[in-house]
Amino acid sequence: MASGEPLTASGYIKHHLQNLTFGNHPENGWSIAHSAQEASEMGFIAFHLDSLFWSIVLGALFLLVFRIAAVRATSDTPGSFQNFIEWIIDFIEDNVRGSFSAKNDLIAPLALTLFVWVLLMNLMDLVPVDWIPEFAKLIGVEYMKVVPTTDPNITFGLSLSVFALMIYYSIKIKGLGGFLGELTLQPFGKYMMPVNLFLEGIALIAKPLSHSLRLFGNLYAGEMIFILIALLYSTNIVLGALGGVLQWAWAVFHVLIVLLQAFIFMVLTIVYLDMAHQKH
Amino acid sequence: MNINLTLIGQTITFIIFVWFCMKFIWPPIMKALNERRKSIADGLAAAAEGQRERERGHQDAEQLIEQAKSQAQEIIAKAEKRGAEVVAEAKNEARTEGERIITAARGEVEMETNRAREQLRVQVATLAIAGAEQILSQEVDAKAHEQMLSDLAGNL
Repeated sequence: MASGEPLTASGYIKHHLQNLTFGNHPENGWSIAHSAQEASEMGFIAFHLDSLFWSIVLGALFLLVFRIAAVRATSDTPGSFQNFIEWIIDFIEDNVRGSFSAKNDLIAPLALTLFVWVLLMNLMDLVPVDWIPEFAKLIGVEYMKVVPTTDPNITFGLSLSVFALMIYYSIKIKGLGGFLGELTLQPFGKYMMPVNLFLEGIALIAKPLSHSLRLFGNLYAGEMIFILIALLYSTNIVLGALGGVLQWAWAVFHVLIVLLQAFIFMVLTIVYLDMAHQKH
Repeated sequence: MNINLTLIGQTITFIIFVWFCMKFIWPPIMKALNERRKSIADGLAAAAEGQRERERGHQDAEQLIEQAKSQAQEIIAKAEKRGAEVVAEAKNEARTEGERIITAARGEVEMETNRAREQLRVQVATLAIAGAEQILSQEVDAKAHEQMLSDLAGNL
């Protein structure tokens, strides 16, 4: 609900989908954008303060909780908190062992970080859509998009990092020749090199794209439905009550999506990196 | 939905977080888990060993009891034998002592008899002389008959 503007459905939705952007505006210099127009005029030289804030806060929360567990970890009988953390660790360890055949000490911590972090970011979707933005408005912050995984910058930041690791390990394990050979010599043999490169290139580029867009799309759609349901509250009491029921139902269903998408993101990371480690 | 520097910010954050997780979270927890796995395995092995130990101890104890029983039996048998021996010895001693006493008594009796006989002999000689004096009613030359009388006394 942008201040000053009349409350319309499309204004409400647009406001909810606008990040708090800080960047170099061609006219105003380094400043916080006051409208979607200003934000897009900033171009690439801008930060989404809300996405980064929540992403870092949730990531730090994850690190803090797990660090406490790591410090307290002993071979004695674990407490219930300890047990819970170790249960997650075991779950990740099982998945890595199941899908990743080479030996690399980076993969399991990477998978753990991605799973818990993405899960926490996704869970922000279950906070009723107006709570945090309205509170932010009270303390003078105009825009507040609280689910970092509905920001493609965040999901691409993760998937491109994984992609970079993929390329790095492909070249490290197979050599540059091996990596290029994989791109050009299959599936049709060396006389069809351009076709091979085209096909394999698409397959390669599709990995980080689908990796991040799958997460982004699911969460963005979920967030959108929450916003649409929230619109019902401003109509009348019957539709408002219906909205309450719908929101609850969608939240229950969304818990599944939230968990599933975090899990899929982690598993795909493991699988992609496993492919990078496969020698032919 | 603009792509902007947030992407780079998120990437840097991601790298730092993964590094932290890899350095300070994953290894200590894995270490604790592996140690616990090992200590549980050790504990189970120790329990099994304890069980075996207990059975062995049980067997040892039974053996000891058996030994003690047989030893006790032996000791009792020995004691009974020794008792019998002591009784036999005592009997023997008593018999010897009795015989000794009897022999001594016999010796004494013989000595007494001899002495009495000596006395009797002397008295008989005197009596004989007195008798002879009576019979002869006269003085007899004691000196003349002494030879005869002492021969007579020696024949007694």
